[in-house]
Amino acid sequence: MTTTEYTKPLPRPAEPELTEPFWEGTKRGELLIPRCSFCDEFFWYPREACPSCLQPGWEWTAVSGRARLHTYTIVYQPANPAFNDDVPYAFAVIQLDEGVRMMSNVVQCPVEDLAINMPLEVVFDSVTDDWTLVKFKPA
Amino acid sequence: MSIRGKAAIVGFYETPTRKEFPDRTTYGLMAEVARGVIIDSGLRKEDIDGLIGQENLNSIELAEALGMQPRFTSSMTVHGASGAASIATAAEAIAAGVANYVLCIFGESRPRSSSRLTSQVQAGPQLPRPSRTTEWEVPYGPVIAMNGWYGLMKQRHMFEYGTTQEQFAKAVVDQRFNATKNINAVWYDQPVTIDDVLNSRFTNDPLHLLESVMPCSGAHAVIVTSAERAKALPNPPVYVLGVGGPATHHDIIYTDADMTTTPVVDSAPTALQMAEVNIRDIQLAQFYDCYTILEMACLEDAGIVPKGEIGPFYESTDTTYKGAFPINTDGGQIGAGQSGGTGGGFRHIVEATRQIMGRGDERQVEEADLCLVNG
Repeated sequence: MTTTEYTKPLPRPAEPELTEPFWEGTKRGELLIPRCSFCDEFFWYPREACPSCLQPGWEWTAVSGRARLHTYTIVYQPANPAFNDDVPYAFAVIQLDEGVRMMSNVVQCPVEDLAINMPLEVVFDSVTDDWTLVKFKPA
Repeated sequence: MSIRGKAAIVGFYETPTRKEFPDRTTYGLMAEVARGVIIDSGLRKEDIDGLIGQENLNSIELAEALGMQPRFTSSMTVHGASGAASIATAAEAIAAGVANYVLCIFGESRPRSSSRLTSQVQAGPQLPRPSRTTEWEVPYGPVIAMNGWYGLMKQRHMFEYGTTQEQFAKAVVDQRFNATKNINAVWYDQPVTIDDVLNSRFTNDPLHLLESVMPCSGAHAVIVTSAERAKALPNPPVYVLGVGGPATHHDIIYTDADMTTTPVVDSAPTALQMAEVNIRDIQLAQFYDCYTILEMACLEDAGIVPKGEIGPFYESTDTTYKGAFPINTDGGQIGAGQSGGTGGGFRHIVEATRQIMGRGDERQVEEADLCLVNG
């Protein structure tokens, strides 16, 4: 059996209890985004209180996974050498159709084909048994 | 109530900016510029009753290291804006009567072969504290230093406004020319051409290495006092006419704001209104320049040119010290180096002071009475 060990950094949550549902969701193939129960706003990144109305009540809400490439940069010199074998790759700001923006990678797309505003859809990358990362590919 | 004209900078001092000072400590550099600026201002050490420093040095420890017992201390924690913000804070303290002579001081002696650029995000035995970054960004492979974030911003600016690589490169060329007249600059005597910039490698496309600051060692200081006290001192006073500085976001990607627009759209009008000055009256600018794109977007947002037109502006304008609109006349951080991390933006305060006092020597701007500084 040949398994390649995943050597890149895994997510290290500052508040694991707060974001555990998100990471459990990615393992099921669900993209969950916080949505305020009071003002209905989606927001990203997860935090205890809604940044719009500062009320603490919000729910993890499954979203479509459809998105646009808001902007990107093609990496040649990663901060972490664990990514050296991947260069050049796209480090990107993804804007979900629900409005919020998050950082991710655009995969399954040669870097020369990247274009701002290109439609994207979520893909779930199970990098280890415990962690499934959220990435995006051309839609 | 406004603090317009109530405080003035009365002296400045800086060390050269170099990749490293192998035998010098941060406190050693700080002591050198503290002594230098006190002498330059015509003051005695005992006169200093206010101290403002950078975010990674506790201002009370710094006061102790310098043998000072100020009535007022503060550390600026607004990253690149810290240098400029220190003058606003000093002027406010003086206008309020909290202190009479405030020493604003920034600097660092970086350890040899410092790995600070990568240590923030590197896996390994010394992991950084878990944070928003380690959860939502690091797994996707950020770029060295802050290059990734400004590459994202630059890409978007090029998309929205058609700004070209040559136009970005021109900003570097002008500042590196200015640095050839600044013996303290790390790139003194090393001008570059547009092609040099375009041929420098991408740390991350579309950002070239030569559009990025080099982290350096060095220190800078000024002293701020009241307009009244300034009149009794040897240097021509450099009056603080207006200040402004909103905090709109830490990482603009997590807002719904336009990623090419900076908080300067609010801070510049606030400062100009307080100063009772029209942006057209500004004769020169010293703008925070960790990367070309940030400086250029901030110049747009200040109203030097309409939004989106900074590229053509650079293409058609000589922005060197002898040009039509001089910018970063000491070379800026891109030409002279970034000492003290984000506190490196304090060099813009020092250079504005130098120019307005008429002490720019070879690089003196002919008409330099009204300067806009951005952090």
